Amino acid sequence: MQSNAALEYDYSVAKLYTYTAILFGFVGMLIGTLIAAQLAFPELNYLFGEYGTFSRLRPLHTNVVIYGFTVSGVFATFYYSAQRVLKVSMAESKFIMFVGKLQFALYLIAATAMVVTELMGITQSKEYAQMEWPLDLLIVVIWVLWGVAMFGLIGIRREKALYISMWYFIACFLGVAMLYLFNNMAIPTYFTSGNLGSVMHSVSMYSGTNDALVQWWWGHNAVAFVFTVPIVAMIYYFLPKESGQAVYSYKLSLLSFWGLMFVYLWAGSHHLLWSTVPDWMQTMGSVFSVVLILPSWGSAINMLLTMKGEWNQLTENPLIKFMVLASTFYMLSTLEGPIQAIKSVNAIAHFTDWIPGHVHDGVLGWVAFMIMAGLFHMAPRMFKREIYSKKLIEAQFWIQTTAVVLYFTSMWIAGITQGMMWRAVDEYGNLMYSFIDTVTVLHPYYAIRALAGVLYVTGFAMFAYNMIKTMTSSRELSEEPQFRSPMA
Amino acid sequence: MFHWLEKRPFFFAVGVFLVIAFAGLIEILPNFAEASRPVEGLRPYTVLELAGKEVYKKDNCIACHSQLIRPFKAETDRYGQYSLSGEYAYDRPFLWGSKRTGPDLHRVGNYRTTDWHENHMWEPSSVVPGSIMPAYKHQFKNIADLETAYAEAVTVKNVFNVPYGDDIKPGKAAWEAYKPKVLAEAKKIAADMKNKDVKDAVAAGKVPEVVALIAYLNSLGSSRYEAKK
Repeated sequence: MQSNAALEYDYSVAKLYTYTAILFGFVGMLIGTLIAAQLAFPELNYLFGEYGTFSRLRPLHTNVVIYGFTVSGVFATFYYSAQRVLKVSMAESKFIMFVGKLQFALYLIAATAMVVTELMGITQSKEYAQMEWPLDLLIVVIWVLWGVAMFGLIGIRREKALYISMWYFIACFLGVAMLYLFNNMAIPTYFTSGNLGSVMHSVSMYSGTNDALVQWWWGHNAVAFVFTVPIVAMIYYFLPKESGQAVYSYKLSLLSFWGLMFVYLWAGSHHLLWSTVPDWMQTMGSVFSVVLILPSWGSAINMLLTMKGEWNQLTENPLIKFMVLASTFYMLSTLEGPIQAIKSVNAIAHFTDWIPGHVHDGVLGWVAFMIMAGLFHMAPRMFKREIYSKKLIEAQFWIQTTAVVLYFTSMWIAGITQGMMWRAVDEYGNLMYSFIDTVTVLHPYYAIRALAGVLYVTGFAMFAYNMIKTMTSSRELSEEPQFRSPMA
Repeated sequence: MFHWLEKRPFFFAVGVFLVIAFAGLIEILPNFAEASRPVEGLRPYTVLELAGKEVYKKDNCIACHSQLIRPFKAETDRYGQYSLSGEYAYDRPFLWGSKRTGPDLHRVGNYRTTDWHENHMWEPSSVVPGSIMPAYKHQFKNIADLETAYAEAVTVKNVFNVPYGDDIKPGKAAWEAYKPKVLAEAKKIAADMKNKDVKDAVAAGKVPEVVALIAYLNSLGSSRYEAKK
């Protein structure tokens, strides 16, 4: 039996990704807040000339928070937790260490190129797959390097059985690889036209309805394999670690994992209900979306029951608060999604603000809460200092929770109001409202949402400040904490 | 079995991959066996319209506008005939969008005109009071990339058999020979516009983005169906 203490884990790559998670999180959420405010106050569109319009900034917001913040968070927590659950240190293999650092360097280059090209409007105009083909190729390299590091560490592991978190990280790696490759199949026009025009430009391999199908197969499952699978990996690692409780049920985790893997991919076509996609596919998407409640709630309930008998920790430890609320928002979001995927509900909800409302109770309440809690848990162990301020975490928790609630409630009302107004007819069967009536009515909700953005990004700034202080000037720890993270 | 899998990462990964790939195999691939066929009489986009589609992508109009009319009376009353799959056969990528902060545009060419778009892109609230859409004045200055649009036409013609004429072929010389046709089309649009800078630019052989964009918007709707002879 290997002793835990004998192994000195190497966190250099995990630290690098922690820095970028903080940086991209702040930038991405700041842009999000700006574009939320633009919908309430359109004058804000003209701050940066053509680069500052809502339409140009919106994909920048989504890409920076997805590929900047979330993916950095995934890599940071992976390079931290994989060593520990596999009982092997990055320092034991020069090769894996090199791969990890190279991956980070390329990641930084890709992220910078992503920001620049999207500001310039160089885009495939496919949601969450805006990046043009040269960047796509770079991302494939980065992803393969991650696979090499992952399976490299697995190859030299001491703990033979893979812990649940590793199942999810492996699934994240495979799922994104498959979907990303298929969705970004495109032909660069420069090489097929006798060197004409822009080198960056490409045309999709698929047209029209086929393109839509592949895109939402990807779009939906980017949510699955970036916003769900690795975040579940995190909570399976960090909640037991922080609380000192064993995972409630092994069988439930098995059921949830394999259930999620099988069901999630089918549900993509629920983004295309009432479209020109064949009807049977729409129905499949609808049905599997509802089935998806089972594995999603399975994981969430497994996590909540892990706290059984230890609920007092919820009042004592703010990190437990973050993680328990994250599980709860995950349950809310995975119930709301299937409701929206019911065809008759979708007829009202689709194209309205209810959809971004749904996305944000998931990403703000579940994804970002979990990543921040994970990074907070890692900080005392990586930097060997206690967390700078417990009070600040408590304040951050309540500010951000208020923000999430304001966000989704305002967007629920906005979405359903607009959906109903679009279809409202008078006694003669004529449409009651012109389109602009259904826009101006949303102003108060857009203003509330912008306020929610300000609150959330304020909370994130508190997180960033707390983390930076923890890294630099907090009290040093003489030995690694067991379970509960020490904080001042 | 699961205990066995958990100790064998390779078989575990293979298992996961099969389970996640299964849905795609059943649900996604069959649609490709059937090529996306155009509805009868639909012509491909002209080079100017393709350049306009690039402006549509560049300024990311899909952030707020859909191009998908759903089969509900409230939608067909507002936007016209519901969308058909074959109408998108030449759309690479598809531009259905997922959010209507503004109205649907799939048939906007049927009920808006060049001068309406000109006023609207310059200052949306001058045409639609209360509009929250930003003004796109930079499109009146920036020059559209016609050569890339031509490169796209050549590519889809050669790779996907999109029915363009024989004059669309690879190489600089072919492009130079074709260019006057694109400029002539742009001149027709500019003739209906009033912005002096735009008119001057088109006269000098440069096509501002807004001209290409309007050509594209006008093509959304029945004008892309050739009249039956």
